[in-house]
Amino acid sequence: MIEDHQKKAEQVARGLKRRYRAEKRFRFYGIMAVAFGLLAVAVLFTDIITKGSGAFRQTYIQLTVHYDPEVLDITDLRDESQVALGNFSGVIRQGLYDRFPQFSSRNDKRELNKMISSGEGFELRDRLVENPSLLGRSETLWLVADDDIDTYFKSYGDSGGAFTGRVSETQRAVVEGLKQSGDIRLKLNTNFFTKGDSREPEQAGIWGAVVGSFFTLVITLALSFPIGVAAAIYLEEFAPRNRWTDLIEVNINNLAAVPSIIFGLLGLAIFINFFEVPRSIPVIGGLVLTLMTLPTIIITSRAAIKAVPPSIREAAIGIGASPMQVVMHHVLPLAMPGMLTGAIIGMAQALGETAPLLMIGMVAFIVDIPSGPASPATVLPVQIFLWADSPERAFVEKTSAAIMVLLAFLILMNTTAIWLRKRLERRW
Amino acid sequence: MTMTANEARDLPGAVKAVKEGYTVHDSSADYQTVGSPFVAEPKMRIRNVDVFYGSEQALFNVSVDIGKNEVIAMIGPSGCGKSTFLRSINRMNDTIDICKVSGSFILDEDDIYAKSMDVVALRARVGMVFQKPNPFPKSIYDNVAYGPKLHGLVSRKSDLDEVVETSLKRAGLWGEVKDRLLKPGTGLSGGQQQRLCIARAIAISPDVILMDEPCSALDPIATARIEELIAELSENYTIAIVTHSMQQAARVSQRTAYFHLGKLIEVNDTERVFTNPEHELTEAYITGRFG
Repeated sequence: MIEDHQKKAEQVARGLKRRYRAEKRFRFYGIMAVAFGLLAVAVLFTDIITKGSGAFRQTYIQLTVHYDPEVLDITDLRDESQVALGNFSGVIRQGLYDRFPQFSSRNDKRELNKMISSGEGFELRDRLVENPSLLGRSETLWLVADDDIDTYFKSYGDSGGAFTGRVSETQRAVVEGLKQSGDIRLKLNTNFFTKGDSREPEQAGIWGAVVGSFFTLVITLALSFPIGVAAAIYLEEFAPRNRWTDLIEVNINNLAAVPSIIFGLLGLAIFINFFEVPRSIPVIGGLVLTLMTLPTIIITSRAAIKAVPPSIREAAIGIGASPMQVVMHHVLPLAMPGMLTGAIIGMAQALGETAPLLMIGMVAFIVDIPSGPASPATVLPVQIFLWADSPERAFVEKTSAAIMVLLAFLILMNTTAIWLRKRLERRW
Repeated sequence: MTMTANEARDLPGAVKAVKEGYTVHDSSADYQTVGSPFVAEPKMRIRNVDVFYGSEQALFNVSVDIGKNEVIAMIGPSGCGKSTFLRSINRMNDTIDICKVSGSFILDEDDIYAKSMDVVALRARVGMVFQKPNPFPKSIYDNVAYGPKLHGLVSRKSDLDEVVETSLKRAGLWGEVKDRLLKPGTGLSGGQQQRLCIARAIAISPDVILMDEPCSALDPIATARIEELIAELSENYTIAIVTHSMQQAARVSQRTAYFHLGKLIEVNDTERVFTNPEHELTEAYITGRFG
């Protein structure tokens, strides 16, 4: 016993200071850790947004084109082969020559030819097919500029001077001329949101990958949620506790930690080589991602089931509910918010997964928008991978823009998860 | 419920009992209950019941009758096996893998543990009210209607309405909730929730109602209300109640059973138990020397 109370108070006071210092230090570490995390996120987002925001706008050039039957080599619009073979880029070229008669040398003409995106010929064909009366007449249109011109025009006001890259003297002069007459400008890049992949950056869009991701995720969800929930309910509510169930439990936890590319190899070996499912289609992507998502869903669902208070189970059993009724009437409704959250987090993981899909051929270059779960497709993260790998400078901003789209979807899904949990959560 | 010798020693009651020499004769697995465990024309005949949790024995050779329309109270120090005993009566212990029950439980003429006895059907005959009020996170109406719907006791909505009303009236809750039947049952006060649980239990018209410390989570006023209710219910139902409160046992029950370390020491008329117990352990417990 300390008899001297004065002395004791002093001792405590000394200790107090140290304790408070320690607490302050600890808080400081905590704040630093949070700040570091936020900083990393902020840097990442700023970088991606500054790099990618340009991709949402596209350089367009206004040009008068004359649907000259002679240039097009079309006499009868009802003849499909004639229309298919029509020289629509010739029409565009002729429009450029007419607009800039001062560039008449072979070399200059070649430079002029490269001003407008090569994909715009198809646009003209579609317009003509839709509106046959245009044949032989002229029309003034905004046409998508070539990616080099696009990059040059977007960097026009940069402090370090414009990025000329592969843009020639002639082309720069043309851009200057167009700029003075107001015939070149940045407009919303509709191609990016409506088209599939393309070798031409200015024609490349994200929609094919979005649709592919959608089909893949629908299949993943349709398979992994019921299977995962059923497995979780069986293991948690019905399975006897013995060595076999212990073994299963350990293996489920192991599966959750298996690198995703292994699941891709598994899918390649089993689904493609053995069951001969076609490659590159969302069905097989969904199957592989199901394998990958299952452990997550099983583990979160089991946790959600465990969190249902035992008193509710007892009440139901005590009143004579069969084990199945206890699950269906009480456990499942109460565990559903947790299960859904787990499923959405699993889906978000699946949405961002690249490696296993590379193994099963979803890395293919696919231009068409997938029409269903059985048509070849790629997915958002793989599209990012593909674009990041492309040499054209214009793909840099496309890559960042695609990352923005992917992040937007992820944030949307996670928000939905939180909203669902808040919405469905019941208090007891 | 299950205890090792070490755990038993940690219990204050047991410590005192051991210190003061109030021990049941050791290894007397065939201990004979004193008093009057058996009655004429019982609702339930329970004979030679042993309960094991794994290798630990929780109940030793318990034999007792539960009379028709009587309230029998089970008292005893913590860990004495009274809740285990109660939960054996409607096979709630089935959900515990390591729990093994032997002996016979005869309800009317039917063996509760017989292979032919369906546990779901049994629980329609033996209802249970738990320690902590545990209404379902559903409306008051759905809480009461759940049992009858489950067992298909009613077919028409109007019949169901009637069952819900009668049950709530019998549980003395009707007046308080009749205007908010569709509000969640979890929004009621603790005492109201427990009466809701009682209404839920009697909605399936069980023969026997088991109550496992139904008032231990309630305040004195709510407790008094439940005790009144138990007295009213005993006109129609047979009730077995486990309680920690000797006053409660004295107030609500006709007969009292005293458990000690897994053995049924004494069963007698409640008045007798609290005024002139036959066994010295019972006396030690009710006079507060341990427990």
